[in-house]
Amino acid sequence: MTEAPAEQGRRRRSIDPTDALLTVDDLQVHFPIRRGILVERQVGAVKAVDGVDLTIPRGSTVGLVGESGCGKSTFGRALLRLVEPTGGSVHFDGTDLLALDDEQMRRMRRQMQMVFQDPMASLDPRQDVESVLTEPLRAHRIEGDHRARARELLDLVGLPATALSRYPHEFSGGQRQRIGIARAIALEPQLIVADEPVSALDVSIQAQVVNLLEELQDRLGLTYLVIAHDLAVVRHIADVVAVMYLGGLVEQAASDELYAAPLHPYTRALMSAVPIPDPEVEDTRQRILLAGDLPSPAAPPPGCRFHTRCPFRQETRCDDERPQLRSVATRPPSHRVACHWAEDIDAGRIQPRASAVVEPDAS
Amino acid sequence: MTNSATGPLLDVRDLTVTFTRRGGPDTRAVDGVSFQVSPGQTLGLVGESGSGKSVTSLAVMGLLPRRSVSVEGHVYFDGDDLLTLPRDRMRDIRGRDMAMVFQDPMTSLNPVVPIGVQVTEVFERHQDMTGEAARKAAAELLDRVGIPDPGRRLKEYPHQLSGGMRQRALIAMALACRPRVLIADEPTTALDVTIQAQILELLKDLVQDTGAALIMITHDLGVVAGLCDTVHVMYAGRVVESAGRRELFAEPRHPYTGGLLASVPRLDAPRGAPLQPIPGSPTDVLSWPDGCAFAPRCPNRIDACTGAPPPLEAIGGRTLRCVNPLPTAEEVPA
Amino acid sequence: MSLSQVEAATESDQLEPGGANLRRAAWRRLRRDPVALVGFALIAMFVLVAILAPLIAPYGPRDQPGAGLITPTTIPGPSAEHWFGLDEQGRDELSRIIYGARQSLLVGVVAMLLGMAGGLVLGMLAGAFGRWVDTVVMRIVDVMLSIPGLLMAIAIAAVLGQSLTSVMIAIAVINVPIFARLLRGQMLSQRESDYVLAARSLGVRHRSIVLSHVLPNSMSPVIVQATLTLATAIIEAAALSFLGLGGADPSVPEWGRMLASTQLYLASAPHLALFPGLAIVIAALGFTLVGERLREALDPKYRR
Repeated sequence: MTEAPAEQGRRRRSIDPTDALLTVDDLQVHFPIRRGILVERQVGAVKAVDGVDLTIPRGSTVGLVGESGCGKSTFGRALLRLVEPTGGSVHFDGTDLLALDDEQMRRMRRQMQMVFQDPMASLDPRQDVESVLTEPLRAHRIEGDHRARARELLDLVGLPATALSRYPHEFSGGQRQRIGIARAIALEPQLIVADEPVSALDVSIQAQVVNLLEELQDRLGLTYLVIAHDLAVVRHIADVVAVMYLGGLVEQAASDELYAAPLHPYTRALMSAVPIPDPEVEDTRQRILLAGDLPSPAAPPPGCRFHTRCPFRQETRCDDERPQLRSVATRPPSHRVACHWAEDIDAGRIQPRASAVVEPDAS
Repeated sequence: MTNSATGPLLDVRDLTVTFTRRGGPDTRAVDGVSFQVSPGQTLGLVGESGSGKSVTSLAVMGLLPRRSVSVEGHVYFDGDDLLTLPRDRMRDIRGRDMAMVFQDPMTSLNPVVPIGVQVTEVFERHQDMTGEAARKAAAELLDRVGIPDPGRRLKEYPHQLSGGMRQRALIAMALACRPRVLIADEPTTALDVTIQAQILELLKDLVQDTGAALIMITHDLGVVAGLCDTVHVMYAGRVVESAGRRELFAEPRHPYTGGLLASVPRLDAPRGAPLQPIPGSPTDVLSWPDGCAFAPRCPNRIDACTGAPPPLEAIGGRTLRCVNPLPTAEEVPA
Repeated sequence: MSLSQVEAATESDQLEPGGANLRRAAWRRLRRDPVALVGFALIAMFVLVAILAPLIAPYGPRDQPGAGLITPTTIPGPSAEHWFGLDEQGRDELSRIIYGARQSLLVGVVAMLLGMAGGLVLGMLAGAFGRWVDTVVMRIVDVMLSIPGLLMAIAIAAVLGQSLTSVMIAIAVINVPIFARLLRGQMLSQRESDYVLAARSLGVRHRSIVLSHVLPNSMSPVIVQATLTLATAIIEAAALSFLGLGGADPSVPEWGRMLASTQLYLASAPHLALFPGLAIVIAALGFTLVGERLREALDPKYRR
């Protein structure tokens, strides 16, 4: 498409970081582990989300990255109370969501919607597109011509009105995700939680959906929480990026700041692991390899959650004192990191263990 | 990434795979694909779903079902054409000289048999080792692919291992007989990036140390950029562009290659500019005899793109299947 | 027109043809399946014979056209006059088989419908409410399933007394837990699906989610099971009447009872065992073939 540069450089939105649409405080989601045949008793808990604070300013995009099992999807669902949090608080536009009863929460859902990873699984195979798009309108007893509204929604996401009478299996993956997005904006919500919105799509389609999300944000003034494992996608789409590891945030900063100066050892390792489609870069950069796997969230390590795999681990504090998210003197105050040694690592006074570093190939 | 001067170890010529279906039209999944790999070399096959990259690897390994699939062309390995070898000879070569690692480590391992048994089995079958010797060799191998405490791991079942460990175990099984060709089909797609980095590093080391030839099948251009010596980009069953990785990434000539590179967000790219997606979806293809399969999505389309299939031509050190390629740096008007 | 609309437009020219939903697609597949067609033909034959019995049967079920030809040692077999031969009372075997189809079809359909209705109610209770309702219902179902089906049917039929109604009830009862467990399992797995989560996140009410998403998407295996149950119900009905637990009036032809009454004459008149046996097998086979193929057509996993 030759008219690609038509919208050269997205209009930068003006965001007031103090105008929070969503405020999450010390959110916890613990799933009980029960044992026993007749009488079940709780023998432990999987701490999927364990004390997360996050603020999402109105009109902004916050990205949440982490690897599988870090609790990022559970966090996204707990925000919307699709999974019940076991502790902490979530305030949406001043309302304490956890204090609402079922019916009040149901009504509140108009304001906050979700886009799912797998567009096929998130659409009822027996529902045609019209029914998919008008179901939210019916659920909230919204007056007006539902059919016209459905057409309007299709137009917004770039699908033809003829799609109305078709079923999900008749569409390609990218088109299905457009339907999922149309459904999410049907109620004119303020917040959209997008859980891996592009990872199930073919590479050449991903950009279409990313661009669509950005366009809709500009048009409708949406606020996004984008949850993904792909750091490159999140960096592209988000204003602020939060990095999650084993149920907690380890670092949070403006997107460019985080990329320019990652402070947490985990963020550094994560960034160095993302392959970049450019041989010149790949051949010259240093990699930090993490040893081993994610520990079980049922028995997280004491102290810093990351210390078992951290190439910068120190003799003191790391093993027994859980670091809090804090700002660092040399960095903007919005850049917060949960590492005892962030200053020393940033200044180069602490170097990673040699065994964890892979130098670029000599060839 | 050492380049050895010896001739190609695996030479695939004009490989064509056709699926025949009762009561339906034949589907040509792979259409005249040719490539060569030398020992110690890594070749990348890149493409999206439906590009035929996985079918190519299965055909090379002789793993496609015989019923309702017809495989034509030649796969020369060490002078033998694998496609004409009798089944039992092929079975010997597979596993001993050629091995494969798949995307999903869980479905490739037998869930009810301990890892150790599965790895030792390979030694017993292909190297006539028995009992204790095979077990020792297995433990050494797990250690080699970076599985800690291999003695204990050997007794565990696949579900007790993490995804990364399972993929390592599979790589260990593939390596058990020191294969000369290793085919890895999206080996890291199901894994997290930090684990992916570990596995890619492992594969790189293995190629360097054992001099095996590696065929890496992936959709991820980033993986290719760091690992492969030569890259073949596939679209709708045919190779559309192939070149050395530096040339390919520095100057993609096929609009599909260029489009892929422009549409993926790069971690190191400045923010703000919108991505330039390839319009349409990989299912919007023209059938090759009617022209270029990519034409319906191509920004560079001209009239000559449709009507006849574009020929595969050698241009300046690369092969290209395009009648109106992207300009080279010199050709771009100032 | 924005950029992504342009792209989408190119993409959407390629919408796949055909606006059918999954079940309609399954139906299309089934119509092209030769095995299913054989099944349909058998079922059609069985149903037509049952409905049109008075028109196609050469004699009435109680007529004794060959009363004079019967002696304790000679029961004439198939002949041009009587295609399936005569029975021990000189009645035309073919006519009795034809009238017997009515009983079998009636018992099969009513027992299946009753069993399915009961099972669906229990399954829906368990699947829609979960928690303690689920626990209670499923324990009852487990207990019912732990008793061998035919044994329980015999017990129920014996307690209720000899009548066709009690046969139907007995067979229905043993099918209740099968349907209940099937539906509950389906509903539970559908409840975990993404589109149910999506509906919840949209603020759709629980009742509406169950009725418009969970239940319709759980029904396909139930339909398959219903077809297969028809086959087993026919066999079970025959078994009950074979054991003397059939309808109260012995002159009404039932395939199971016809089999039972031939025991004394098996050596001299093997045709009396052969034809009712064949009738039972053919009727059951039709439903089984259709049921199995329906399962394959509906479930992508079985698709070849």
